[in-house]
Amino acid sequence: MLSAYPLKALLCFTLPFSTRIVVATQDPIIIQPIEFGAMSSPTYHLPPLPYGYNALEPHISTQIMELHHSGHHQAYVNNLNAALKNHAAAVQSNDIRTQISLQQAIKFNAGGHINHSLFWRNLAPPGSSESKSSSAPNLIKQINATWGDEEKFRDAFKTALLGIQGSGWGWLVKTGTGADKNRLSIITTKDQDPVVGKGEVPIFGVDMWEHAYYLQYKNGKAAYVENIWNVINWKVAEKRFLGSSEDDNACLKSTQGLLQV
Amino acid sequence: MNSTLLRTSALRSAVRATAPSAASRATIAGTTFVRGKATLPDLSYDYGALEPAISGKIMELHHSKHHQTYVNSFNTFSEQMAEAKHKEDIQAQIALQPMINFHGGGHVNHTLFWENLAPTKQGGGEPPKGQLAKAINDSYGSLDGFKEKFNTALAGIQGSGWAWLVQDTQTGSVLIKTYANQDPVVGRFRPILGIDAWEHAYYLQYENRKAEYFKAIWDVINWQAAEKRFK
Repeated sequence: MLSAYPLKALLCFTLPFSTRIVVATQDPIIIQPIEFGAMSSPTYHLPPLPYGYNALEPHISTQIMELHHSGHHQAYVNNLNAALKNHAAAVQSNDIRTQISLQQAIKFNAGGHINHSLFWRNLAPPGSSESKSSSAPNLIKQINATWGDEEKFRDAFKTALLGIQGSGWGWLVKTGTGADKNRLSIITTKDQDPVVGKGEVPIFGVDMWEHAYYLQYKNGKAAYVENIWNVINWKVAEKRFLGSSEDDNACLKSTQGLLQV
Repeated sequence: MNSTLLRTSALRSAVRATAPSAASRATIAGTTFVRGKATLPDLSYDYGALEPAISGKIMELHHSKHHQTYVNSFNTFSEQMAEAKHKEDIQAQIALQPMINFHGGGHVNHTLFWENLAPTKQGGGEPPKGQLAKAINDSYGSLDGFKEKFNTALAGIQGSGWAWLVQDTQTGSVLIKTYANQDPVVGRFRPILGIDAWEHAYYLQYENRKAEYFKAIWDVINWQAAEKRFK
């Protein structure tokens, strides 16, 4: 079945570390549809994790990872597929009111799918070479140029994460325009709003929904924010930093290509 | 509820029978901004009293940690607000407004929430009576019809937030509204009954099965408290 699709689409499939085909410098976002449902709406799938559920212990517990991936992320995928199917039916029947009423459900659930897909890949087992910031020499250089040093950056990131009121995410983002294309910035997004601003490239994200830490850290979210640094995948962060927003959008474009097949 | 939310330090002290002397209070008044401080209200039931609907562990963390943090932060930002007003620093006052809304809202919401819960032994789950029951039936057909609509509203919250049965102060009718994060029910609508849909309200017990929490919580709803709020 895979061979029926253009090569570009293949680049977007997520595979375990051992079998992943590395063909581009960017970290692909895993948002391609693999099958078509009724009314020509694409069907999205839960990407497998590139490590085991217990691989981020002791910083993120196995139980959290399992629920988060197989429960929460799967629900976003399912709800996205359902919303897109209804949307496709509404397009088919020229029902513009229903199309508009579905926008928020699509944004929320597609955002949840995009955010978690990025998140899993920007985490790595503690102690692995990926988890060392030395795996991201170019990114660290830019971080130091922006915040002074790594510690000041981490402090600024921590402050942003702990300042989120309600559910949301903290992101290191490359804002990439013109001569200043490597400019970095820390942003927070509410609920499942994805980082999709013009030219914005998410480098790594930290999930600040309570489901991301509560079973282990309970109301002590500052400790979660402290420990997350042990499992950030700097190798992936470096790849995203070196990529362009065009690279980052490559899989979205291939999605559009697939829709025209 | 106001007396629960905001006790003046003098009243609070009086309750503890350790009222400071008039002289010491006068000294404080001369140097800082004396104002009512928000305090964490006591629950009228034990942490374990809402089991099995809500576990004792959840209740303990939710009340003694989460609610306490809203109280502390509200007091901190209120002091900063008073200082900004004193200095006539309008920018600082505006910058503090979201913090007052969030932490003050967290305090108000949780205070109302604890009051509109009760153990089954103390009437939790007993259906509403009188005018409130009539208003619910008029709008939703039946109590079960209302619960179904309310649970749909709860399930539809995207992120953290609350669902409330509110009364429209203009028309007197009741309706279900959801609020993001800790946005409190203020202004045109009067809060009658609230259910916390933040993950911390159920996750230790129900994990990602929030629909089970929404179903179970009706066993410990204190409709008498809701009736008192209804006008």
